[in-house]
Amino acid sequence: MHRLQWEEAQQKDVILYPEGMVELNQSSAEILKLCDGTRNLDQIVVDLEEKFATTGLKNDITSFLEVALKNGWIQQD
Amino acid sequence: MAGSNKTNITPPRWLLAELTYKCPLQCPYCSNPLDYAKHSDEISTEDWKRVLSEARKMGAVQLGFSGGEPLTRQDLAELVKHARELGYYSNLITSGYGLTEEKIIQLKEAGLDHIQVSIQASTQDLNDHLAGTESFEHKQEVARLVKKHGYPMVLCVVIHRENIHQMPEILAMAEELGADYLELANTQYYGWAHANRDLLLPTQEQFEQAEEIAQAFKKKVAGKMKIYYVVPDFYEDRPKACMNGWGTTFLTIAPDGVALPCHSARELPGLDCPNVNDYSISEIWHDSKAFNFFRGNEWMQEPCKSCDEKDKDFGGCRCQAYILTGDMYKTDPVCSKSPDRKVIQDAIDSARKSALSADEQPLIFRNSKNSKAY
Ligand code: SF4
Ligand code: SF4
Repeated sequence: MHRLQWEEAQQKDVILYPEGMVELNQSSAEILKLCDGTRNLDQIVVDLEEKFATTGLKNDITSFLEVALKNGWIQQD
Repeated sequence: MAGSNKTNITPPRWLLAELTYKCPLQCPYCSNPLDYAKHSDEISTEDWKRVLSEARKMGAVQLGFSGGEPLTRQDLAELVKHARELGYYSNLITSGYGLTEEKIIQLKEAGLDHIQVSIQASTQDLNDHLAGTESFEHKQEVARLVKKHGYPMVLCVVIHRENIHQMPEILAMAEELGADYLELANTQYYGWAHANRDLLLPTQEQFEQAEEIAQAFKKKVAGKMKIYYVVPDFYEDRPKACMNGWGTTFLTIAPDGVALPCHSARELPGLDCPNVNDYSISEIWHDSKAFNFFRGNEWMQEPCKSCDEKDKDFGGCRCQAYILTGDMYKTDPVCSKSPDRKVIQDAIDSARKSALSADEQPLIFRNSKNSKAY
């Protein structure tokens, strides 16, 4: 129902859905790209902390995923 | 033209491709021009592909195929496929008339992202009366098939005095059909709707009651169904933000290739709207007279000119100012600061009188016979 894609003209990732579009900042886009049905929350946190060589991302990621869930950008099994 | 500042021009994001003015239905609130019968030319498949490619390159990403009834174009699936390859998020805006399961599958395979089906009312009698064609059962079937084949289901109901009393039933119907999105579009009074305004404009009480029901429903289905509620601006005291700013976001291409900053802009005098047969989309967007006409705010008159809300609503709708005051530069008369606000009150009063009157005038249906009279 929602499509995440890179927009060359805007140099941004966007989410497209009926009648609308949300522009994502880089970190939101990185999180969403990992929501591919193969990883759970802890794995997403581990992957991103590794990727950005940092720790303590869990709270930020959790609150963003809550927003994403509420907006229907992702679904929960 | 006044108001343009070329360095500040943002690229189009939404492309509305009005593929054809042909339509098997005859809705009396249709937003197509009254004289659409005069504009029966249609640009070719290759022209449309070029338009889609050029607009996409500039940054357009949301694409609506509309009309008339876009399904009457034989090349629809080919255009959908082209759009998908370019990376558009494409939407078919249809009455559902003529949509078969086979076609729904074919369009899905071509890459269509969603289908918006419009239904006129919650009952067969009224739906078929408003559409001017027997279509209610077929539309319900289409809505189910859209869902079955994995599209987000967007249901659109245009609201006016003939169906506003059905609000609870309309909402129940949307729920029953499993709509993911429901667009409750209070009629905007352009084109055919303007010609039928006395018969279509609800009274304030009707409108308030319906809105209350719709808002309660919106809360109830939050998280399951998304409601887009298009307000009827006659009962507001600020106008709508016309086109999100003229020439900032929206690009409409009419069936004959005329490029419009708003789908009603054809009615405005002296814009010389350019045709895609003569110019590239980039030239049209950046350099044409029509797209620069109301760009920015230097064209404004008082009270808009010195108003601190002008960056919020851009002085309202240019077509509404023109239709209702005869001067397209004026403040949208919906605004309570407009010296012409009286024309809105007159329209409301006149519609109320017609609602209470015993002898009903007939609606003017949108068909080519009636169109030729304009
Ligand atoms: S006066 Fe013009 S700019 Fe100010 S609120 Fe009214 S329409 Fe908008
Ligand atoms: S003026 Fe604006 S909102 Fe109004 S019909 Fe035209 S463009 Fe649309």
